[in-house]
Amino acid sequence: MYENNIISVKNLTKKFGDFTANDNLSFDVKKGEIFGFLGANGAGKTTAIKIFCGLLSPTSGNVNVAGYDIYKDTEKIKKNIGYMSQRFSLYEDLSVKENIRFYARIYGLPKKEIKIKTEELLEKLNFSHAVNKKIKDIPLGWKQKLAFSAAVFHNPKIVFLDEPTGGVDPITRRQFWDLIYETAENGITVFVTTHYMDEAEYCDRVSIMDAGKIEAIGKPEELKKKYNVKSMDEVFIKIAR
Amino acid sequence: MNEFSIILSGISKNYENIKAVDDISLNIKKGELFGLIGPDGAGKTTLIRLLTTLLKPDKGFAEVENFDTVKDYKKIRKIVGYMPGRFSLYQDLSAEENLNFFASVFNTSVEENYDLIKDIYSYIEPFKKRKAGKLSGGMKQKLALSCALIHKPKVLFLDEPTTGVDAVSRKEFWEMLKNLQKKNITILVSTPYMDEASLCDRISLMQNGKLMETDTPENITNKFQKQIFSIRSKNKQKLIKNLREYNQTYSANIFGQDIHYIDKRNNVKIDELHTYLKSEKHTGIEIKAVKPNIEDCFIELMKKEQ
Repeated sequence: MYENNIISVKNLTKKFGDFTANDNLSFDVKKGEIFGFLGANGAGKTTAIKIFCGLLSPTSGNVNVAGYDIYKDTEKIKKNIGYMSQRFSLYEDLSVKENIRFYARIYGLPKKEIKIKTEELLEKLNFSHAVNKKIKDIPLGWKQKLAFSAAVFHNPKIVFLDEPTGGVDPITRRQFWDLIYETAENGITVFVTTHYMDEAEYCDRVSIMDAGKIEAIGKPEELKKKYNVKSMDEVFIKIAR
Repeated sequence: MNEFSIILSGISKNYENIKAVDDISLNIKKGELFGLIGPDGAGKTTLIRLLTTLLKPDKGFAEVENFDTVKDYKKIRKIVGYMPGRFSLYQDLSAEENLNFFASVFNTSVEENYDLIKDIYSYIEPFKKRKAGKLSGGMKQKLALSCALIHKPKVLFLDEPTTGVDAVSRKEFWEMLKNLQKKNITILVSTPYMDEASLCDRISLMQNGKLMETDTPENITNKFQKQIFSIRSKNKQKLIKNLREYNQTYSANIFGQDIHYIDKRNNVKIDELHTYLKSEKHTGIEIKAVKPNIEDCFIELMKKEQ
């Protein structure tokens, strides 16, 4: 494994009975990059993400995440990653502050640090006035930003975002990407899935999966050049159709 | 003869203190493919539920094919098809059993209206014995659409049929809708994907329970008053930062690999922007005037509302 790879995948295969969800995947994600993990529905993205997060064991192959082996060190992997799902992972009946504290405590952050970091975060997001509001009473765009902030609160080495911007208005969607860029600048690797092809352009590199295999991987400019098209949307359609 | 299939007049619906639908008036023509475009929480689902007689309005009224949604709700239910946002078929019945069930509820048979769903259902036919819950996402979507169509409705309501669906399957789904439209069905479809707007005859851009704008996609983009410049350079991160700091900037938003830039001044020259970006040490600068797309319009309308 190279020093600068945060995820290293070699010949990863995952089968469910006769069905091969991940078919001999090999690729690396570099430290600090924003990596777009694209593919059609059912292409095998969710299975792969579950394996990288230590939630599912591969059938064969080697995977190293944040310096830990996927077979032996799943608990260490979980401590060193953040995860935000399609539908936000916040507790609706807890307040903004309670949710942050809950996540921070799960990752074992000391109380003093939680207090300081919570205030910093609330100020940055302009949430200070809403700190005691329940999650169910705050607007959707806020929830999304808060869910993301909770996922990186313990300063993980890598954060997995599974369709983080689905259904969000165009202004909030862009603010969300500002947060992603900021996170990457702070050295946290971002691994993101999306169905918005304009967002594929925002990634440093992307991979496109189809039927369990990675069919293309590279910088958006490289892929557009390779397939001789103007947008990532066209690249995606050439590969997945 | 009324040329409208759907009429909404001053209709409102509140949930406690949230105005989900706030005084909306709108007419949708017979045979139109009409798009309700807006993010989650805009009120799209509530509006569709009012029209499908699943909710009663607090104020105002609505008509579907000349029937009042409150008084004539039973009549409306017979002539509309509805595909809710969440998969709502019977997971433990097979694909075929689901379809037969929906046909029998409406006193018809699959054979009678097979013509209408043939193009869509033919994808599922090979898997018709499989339980609905075990179908792939794309198959579920096609089965749900078949079930919503099996009684040959006059009006079809589709609530976010393409949410979470990949770019390729979305294109296929819209091709199916275009074909259905040819069979004289009025279609009201909601979506959070702005790029789907151009596939509709007319659209409403919805936010916070209100329709910000209603027109053909072309007219909406033509009405956009400001000149947009599409700008790129070698360093996109620095570019967006520099454009936001520039003292003549009205707005700078990222659009794929470009930045859509609007200047405060009316007669801004490309040369001037070029000089500014050069002074900030950008290389590979490209600036061109472009026409707005629906997302530009939506962002601008949201800014005005705030």
